[in-house]
Amino acid sequence: MDFISQGILEAFRLLLSGDSQTYSAVAATVKVSSMSMAVSLAIGIPAGFVLGYTDFPGKKQVRVTVDTMLALPTVFIGLLVYAFVSSRGPLGDLGLLFTLKGIAIGQTILALPIVTALCASAVEQMDRQLRVTLISLGADRLRLLKTSLWEVRHGILAAGLTAYGRVMTEVGISMMVGGNIKWQTRTVTTAIALETSKGQFAMGFALGLVLIMIALTVNVSVSFLRRK
Amino acid sequence: MDLLTERIRTGVAIIAFAAMLCLPGATVQAGGKVLLLATTTSTDNTGLLDYLAPRFTGDTGIELRWTAVGTGKALKLGQNCDVDVLLVHAPAAEKKYVAAGYGVDRRRVMYNDFVIIGPGRDPAGIKGRSVAEALPAIRRAGAVFVSRGDNSGTHKKELSLWSGAGADIPDKEPWYIQTGQGMLATINIAAERRGYTLTDRGTYIKYSANHGGNPPLQILVEGDSCLRNQYSVMLVNPERCPGVKSALARAFADWLVSPRAQKLIADFRLMGKQLFVPNAR
Repeated sequence: MDFISQGILEAFRLLLSGDSQTYSAVAATVKVSSMSMAVSLAIGIPAGFVLGYTDFPGKKQVRVTVDTMLALPTVFIGLLVYAFVSSRGPLGDLGLLFTLKGIAIGQTILALPIVTALCASAVEQMDRQLRVTLISLGADRLRLLKTSLWEVRHGILAAGLTAYGRVMTEVGISMMVGGNIKWQTRTVTTAIALETSKGQFAMGFALGLVLIMIALTVNVSVSFLRRK
Repeated sequence: MDLLTERIRTGVAIIAFAAMLCLPGATVQAGGKVLLLATTTSTDNTGLLDYLAPRFTGDTGIELRWTAVGTGKALKLGQNCDVDVLLVHAPAAEKKYVAAGYGVDRRRVMYNDFVIIGPGRDPAGIKGRSVAEALPAIRRAGAVFVSRGDNSGTHKKELSLWSGAGADIPDKEPWYIQTGQGMLATINIAAERRGYTLTDRGTYIKYSANHGGNPPLQILVEGDSCLRNQYSVMLVNPERCPGVKSALARAFADWLVSPRAQKLIADFRLMGKQLFVPNAR
């Protein structure tokens, strides 16, 4: 199992020597996951809030649908997006196949249910008394919304981080929609898959460590936000 | 906690995140002339395309991008008009493909050969025998045989060898393992299970290099005429797929069969060994 020790050394060498292939893959991973997370959070947080906070007919069915979508396999999402963005697909003219944007669409389908479902759960668990208290204190609707959002900020943050972890580590969508094209759509995870299939286990292991380091950077940044 | 510290913290976190977004992407641009190739894992895994692509760009000014997948998927990508040109190795499937109108102008580029590899102790006793003798021997011995099982060019070749040896495809036999993975992953599985497998010689040389020239699996059957592995280049049919860059695709195909590229292919070495034999007409 010497490839593990070799891999650890290799990870530091790649990062410190500024290896251009590694940094290209890191940049692709960061760019594509940022795009998909931005869209997922922008849609998922309000959607989750509405789902957890309000009552409307068909709410249960929506909730079951969202929860079921948590189980979507990434390869399946990859195939689904491919069917739409392939040249012969309905969105073929947009030229999204083999691009980071195309991958981001798939990753948004992956992340959106996670953000929505976890936000909805966080809002549901919020103290019901809060609303009553706030109204009795004379808070208007905007104030009520703001305070409620503030109360569930940790839940929302956790939802975002969970979705981010899933998005950053998925292989199926990136491989199918992105095509693992060098310098273009090769992300850290598809590079790991490639190196492993080439039998370069140490290199694959090193890239895995690089991915964990990106995750660490993101989580440390977020923990600054959380410490309040 | 006072508000100022809080603000600073938030600011630092946002700046750190923004800085990550601005990481330099090492994107190569060559004046917008970009050609997309779908090819097989063997041309990529051996490093042949990394070696040819910059020389092609130097000669023609066209940037070559490729996605390396099994031959089955490469053909499908061409059929769906998602790539411009194909470099694949499944002659029988390619002929049907051209007949169906998906591909045009198919030309031979080069070949390497397949070999049957297995453990040194050779439980089925196939060393030095022909394919027509070796495969039935493996079947009789019930020795582990690891198959790609992924509809790749190598897999199609293996299936044709079984039928050529007058044997049924041992699809459900317990000793017949179908991995559904790439060539090197499949060789590694064969090594773990001490089984036989069919591989192209290029990938085997690469595998051998990974093990410092002393790999657990050795070449047992080689040189049989049915083991030749022919690679061809083919354009995606521009009449079916108006969006493909057929001029660039033709430039690439012409370049591959030109004397210069053919010599480059002949000169390509891995571990001091020639991997591909150019044979364009």
